[in-house]
Amino acid sequence: MTDNSDHDHGHPNTHQHTHEHPHTHESSPQAIRAEALESLLIEKGLLKASDVDDVIVQYEERVGPMNGARVVARAWKDPSFKQRLLADGTSAIEDFAFEGGQTEKLVVVANGKDIHNVVVCTLCSCYPWAVLGLPPKWYKDPAYRSRIVREPRKVLTEMGLALPTSTNINVWDSSAEVRYMVLPEQPDGTEDLSEEELAHKVSRDAMIGVAHL
Amino acid sequence: MDSIHDLGGKQGHGEVDKGDQDAPNFPQRWQAATFAMSNVGPKCGAWTNTDTFRHGVERISPAAYLTHGYYGRWLGGIETLLVEAGVVSQTEISARALTLGGSLDDLVAAQPNFNLGTPIEKPSAKGTQRQIESRPKFLVSSRVTTQNNSLSGHTRLPAYARGKTGTVIKYHGGWVFPDTNAHGKGEQPQHLYTVAFRACDLWDEGEDGVQVSLDLFEPYLLPYETS
Repeated sequence: MTDNSDHDHGHPNTHQHTHEHPHTHESSPQAIRAEALESLLIEKGLLKASDVDDVIVQYEERVGPMNGARVVARAWKDPSFKQRLLADGTSAIEDFAFEGGQTEKLVVVANGKDIHNVVVCTLCSCYPWAVLGLPPKWYKDPAYRSRIVREPRKVLTEMGLALPTSTNINVWDSSAEVRYMVLPEQPDGTEDLSEEELAHKVSRDAMIGVAHL
Repeated sequence: MDSIHDLGGKQGHGEVDKGDQDAPNFPQRWQAATFAMSNVGPKCGAWTNTDTFRHGVERISPAAYLTHGYYGRWLGGIETLLVEAGVVSQTEISARALTLGGSLDDLVAAQPNFNLGTPIEKPSAKGTQRQIESRPKFLVSSRVTTQNNSLSGHTRLPAYARGKTGTVIKYHGGWVFPDTNAHGKGEQPQHLYTVAFRACDLWDEGEDGVQVSLDLFEPYLLPYETS
């Protein structure tokens, strides 16, 4: 990877980098078939080569988990915003004017001392694109989709998040068009940070519910 | 439909591999190209809504579903729907793939079904929330039992939640019904609820202190009968 920007998906706010990912060509059967179909659709006037670049730029530079991190930071800083966010996530995030689709209705679920939330889509890979960007690979893989509804405590432990048995777990399977985002608990000792600084503390995985901060 | 996509509760898939947490959204260009091709449907009428698109993905080869990755699955769905709509033929695609280094032995994900004859309708409005005249049948805190159907068409009631009893915890108003919309049988909006199930009501070995919630359309739900 030749990407020399300092972004880190663990801290999505540093992800506002220029578009430098290499996007290598590979020769798997599906890569070749995609290239074949793409070239035919271009010839038929249904697709432009620039459409592909537009997709890459949109989802790597403008839509990503830094958006959700800003929402979380504001909720930590502003109790009335937090209240609005938990009551009606869709209207609460209108102030941010995010783009990116897949978030016609947003429900934000808050973690607390005795409750932990985690999000999945077992039937496909529904995910709140407007606030979290496109989902990470593991979120779309069969292992996570099959197991997190059946043995979430075990899966979270395997993923590095061992919860006390006293903590209840709510799993949200996104089976319709409602999209879910987790509001993590604010880490201790961050009370004096600004909203911008707090946003840097929020990770994508914590907003899916597979990590603590 | 009872296809490979309905993964909830299936066993044997191993540990979650978090992989490279710093990976770009599209490690390979063809994945971004596939994303771009997912916008072609409405332009040529091969599909006009996400439900039809999702059903196209559900109908691909199960072997490809598990091995071609997320965008490989999308590619299979896109090809399935474009071929069914007559926009492009599999002969054309395969011939082009051969010139690009493909092989006749390559597993093709798409499984077009010309007997489906999906009539395509344009969405009646933006988004998928719709006004409904009828009143919702269930209230928050109602106990409900899910249908136990095994239909061959598109549905958003996962198999693991069929015939199970839970509690309505939220009402979301009217939404386009995927089960009809995917097949060009109209939007037929339905009331949508979040229903919470205790893990022990879903699984014989459900973990303690776990609740699983799903967003379920009213036709999936029956009043819970105590008998």
